Amino acid sequence: MPQIAQLTADNWYLASQLFWLLVVFAGIYVVIGRGMLPKIEATVDARDRKVADDLAAAKAAHAAADTLEDSYRQQGEASRAAAQKAVAEAKDKAAKDAEKRLAKVDAELAGKLSAAEADIAAARSSAMAEIESVAAEAAGELVAKLSGVKVAAADAKAAVKAVLHG
Amino acid sequence: MAAESGKIDPMHQFEVTPLGGGFNLGGQDILFTNSALWMVVAAITLGLFMWGGMRRQLVPGRWQAAVEGFTGFISSMMMANIGTEGRKYTPYVFSLFMFILFCNLLGMLPLGVLGLHPFTVTSHLAITGVLALISFAIVLVVGFWRHGLHFFSLFVPHGTPLPMIPIIAPIEFVSFMVRPFSLGLRLFVAMTAGHVLLKVLSGFVINGFNAETLWLGSIVSVLSFTLMIGISALELLVAGIQAYVFALLTSLYINDAVNLH
Repeated sequence: MPQIAQLTADNWYLASQLFWLLVVFAGIYVVIGRGMLPKIEATVDARDRKVADDLAAAKAAHAAADTLEDSYRQQGEASRAAAQKAVAEAKDKAAKDAEKRLAKVDAELAGKLSAAEADIAAARSSAMAEIESVAAEAAGELVAKLSGVKVAAADAKAAVKAVLHG
Repeated sequence: MAAESGKIDPMHQFEVTPLGGGFNLGGQDILFTNSALWMVVAAITLGLFMWGGMRRQLVPGRWQAAVEGFTGFISSMMMANIGTEGRKYTPYVFSLFMFILFCNLLGMLPLGVLGLHPFTVTSHLAITGVLALISFAIVLVVGFWRHGLHFFSLFVPHGTPLPMIPIIAPIEFVSFMVRPFSLGLRLFVAMTAGHVLLKVLSGFVINGFNAETLWLGSIVSVLSFTLMIGISALELLVAGIQAYVFALLTSLYINDAVNLH
């Protein structure tokens, strides 16, 4: 078994084996272990960091979007409430205005009505007076035609008044 | 293979043959052997593999993803077993894991079809033993460097009752000292056994077709070949698992040195 045989000290190739093993393994350790491996690990680390950063950025963007949406919703709610308030106020004010205007119009109408009533009353009394004088005249003439007696205007008036007002 | 006698020597594949280029180092002749050749091939293949993963793109291609899969595998293992301090030892454990893995896999390549003789570097106890000793030396150096003599408290597990310490401590000490041997032997035995088994079965295939009663020999050959396919798949698995076990145990031992218990 050459593997065991070479462990005896007088074996010619033990030294060669050890020499070349140390040379090759040292070479691998220096060139690959110390030279290439850290670079590859750095690449992997950089990629991991980039992925982590990107994920963190995405998370932050997500959170920002959430808060933005939240504030947007709050703003919307606030503006809706404000709009509702404004509408209620306007309604209230309009109702009050209408009431006031109605009251004013009512008062105006009432004034006009009373003025008209007074006019009517005046017109009626003047018409009455006219009827009295016309009736007195007519009565005077009738009396003159029928009996030929001239009636004094004042008497006729008094007589008519008495008849009209009963 | 010693084909001239019709016998196939399953141990021939483990023999180290010089390929030339010798020089003298401290009284020892250092020769470039087939073992050294396959180590260099493993190192170059590993270097090419890693080089393909160096494009450093944000979105990795297939090759880069494969390389990053290996580096991530080892660094997450170090992170899980040792913690953040484990990053310091990742280059060593990664080199160890990849070197063993590539040696294991290159030894499995069916290059014999092309007339080449694949050599499994990790099927040599001298190699695995030295790798295990390096791991063990790192554990000792780190342990004594960080904890000083307090490192010996490793031999007294936390919560041991006082009267038990004289019994427990020697047991722990022995189990600690056995670590480099078990670490090196495990890989060596797994690789050797797998390759011997494959070679024996391939001997059955060849000798079966050369048998005098051809019909019986053919049955043996076909069955052996079917078995070989399955065992080759198993050996590929073992190649990965043994590299992983070596790296995992190394990381656990380093964890002992870094964090004690």
